[in-house]
Amino acid sequence: MNWTWFHRLGSPPTFYRFAERLAPWLGGVSVVLLAYAWYAGLVLVPADYQQKDAFRIIYVHVPAAALSLALYAAMAVAGAVALIWRMKLAECAVIAIAPVGASFTALALITGMLWGKPMWGAYWVWDARLTAELVLLFLYLGVIGLAQAFDDARAAARACALLALVGVVNVPIVHYSVEWWNSLHQGSTILKFGRPSMSLEMAVPLYAALLGTALFCAQMVLRRMQNEVLRRERNTAWVRKMGSELLERGDVS
Amino acid sequence: MNLVIALLRRELRLAARARTEWLMPPFFFVVVVTLFGLGARPNDPLLAGFAPAVLWVAALLAALLTLERLFRPDLEDGTLEQLCLSGTSLGLVVAIKLLAHWLLSGLSLVLLAVPAAMALGLESGRQALFIGLLLGTPALSLLGGFVAALTVGLPRGGALLPVLALPLIVPVLVFGAGAVRAAQSGLDAQAPLYFLAAILALCITLIPWAAAIALRNAFDA
Repeated sequence: MNWTWFHRLGSPPTFYRFAERLAPWLGGVSVVLLAYAWYAGLVLVPADYQQKDAFRIIYVHVPAAALSLALYAAMAVAGAVALIWRMKLAECAVIAIAPVGASFTALALITGMLWGKPMWGAYWVWDARLTAELVLLFLYLGVIGLAQAFDDARAAARACALLALVGVVNVPIVHYSVEWWNSLHQGSTILKFGRPSMSLEMAVPLYAALLGTALFCAQMVLRRMQNEVLRRERNTAWVRKMGSELLERGDVS
Repeated sequence: MNLVIALLRRELRLAARARTEWLMPPFFFVVVVTLFGLGARPNDPLLAGFAPAVLWVAALLAALLTLERLFRPDLEDGTLEQLCLSGTSLGLVVAIKLLAHWLLSGLSLVLLAVPAAMALGLESGRQALFIGLLLGTPALSLLGGFVAALTVGLPRGGALLPVLALPLIVPVLVFGAGAVRAAQSGLDAQAPLYFLAAILALCITLIPWAAAIALRNAFDA
């Protein structure tokens, strides 16, 4: 197999054009998937026998929580690549992922609280999984704060990569907290081996929501990486050329 | 080995000349614990229930106090650059500096904690508190030292440091206070203490090198 196309992606201009083509597709597919998932989840699927209609928040909460962890893992991997091979795009990825991950962590916490009030009788309990997710939010905010404190973009990205790597210990703790400790949070319903403990009718929209949210995140991260690439390379020939072409076509003023 | 001793002696001598700086953490610790005692109802028996959390939070806040000055003076007068260029492993240098930091600020907190616990009315669990702090404060110095290395060159690093360090030290707080609470309610405190020991082992092996990379990054910036 020929890998040159992959190596070429490491160059900012090639990546920029690649992302420009890919991002609309990711966005479009995610809109279709999420529209189906939420319509099916909120309207078509029958209410749960125990939790009644309150269970429907699963179609927002579970994808948000899953993505909050997945994005942190992705940020840590990008950070390792940035530190070991000093790849510019991996540095951009670290910076780009942090705000997206922070928003999804906040979304998971807020939807969880809204669900917790009718189910547990309290918005917040000091429980292993909830606390670990909150710490995850603080870690994301720390990365964002650190990124903005540096003047030099490359030094900022490498510092953030280090912080992300040291904080990555938290990810398995959040994921396994329900199994390790007697957590109030319920166990996993679908992401486990064997049969899902959920009827297929309810599970299919959830899978669609998971995939749709993941694609939406991918699209947002690509767009943010494009912005970061443009910001860093604003004085290079290819960015100037692209800018003047846009001006000629009248797309921007 | 000579290098280790020479560096350690340098750190301790510098500290001996700036005594107030190193007397601050234990003083701060005592003041925070006293304020809790004053804020509660006089001789409130409930205070003993909160004692594990109060003592541990006071200890980790006190440990954060001196962190900002850990690498900054050496960066400003060029010592750190010389150590970087000297060919010795920067990770080792960082490890020695952090050891000195713990000897000067962490150890005094460990020794002060038991009298402070008695003042708060903590009856059982003093042993778990002592051992927990003995294992936990070096981990605080290491994790805090890593964050101090990350932010050393930054003009606004002082405000950023606690914000970055506190989420990283949450596990130390959870298991440290957990051990005292377990002992208080007559349970076995061994499991959380083993967790603390595991965290410390992980920190000792990984953090000095991560901090060394962070310091090199600060030179590039």
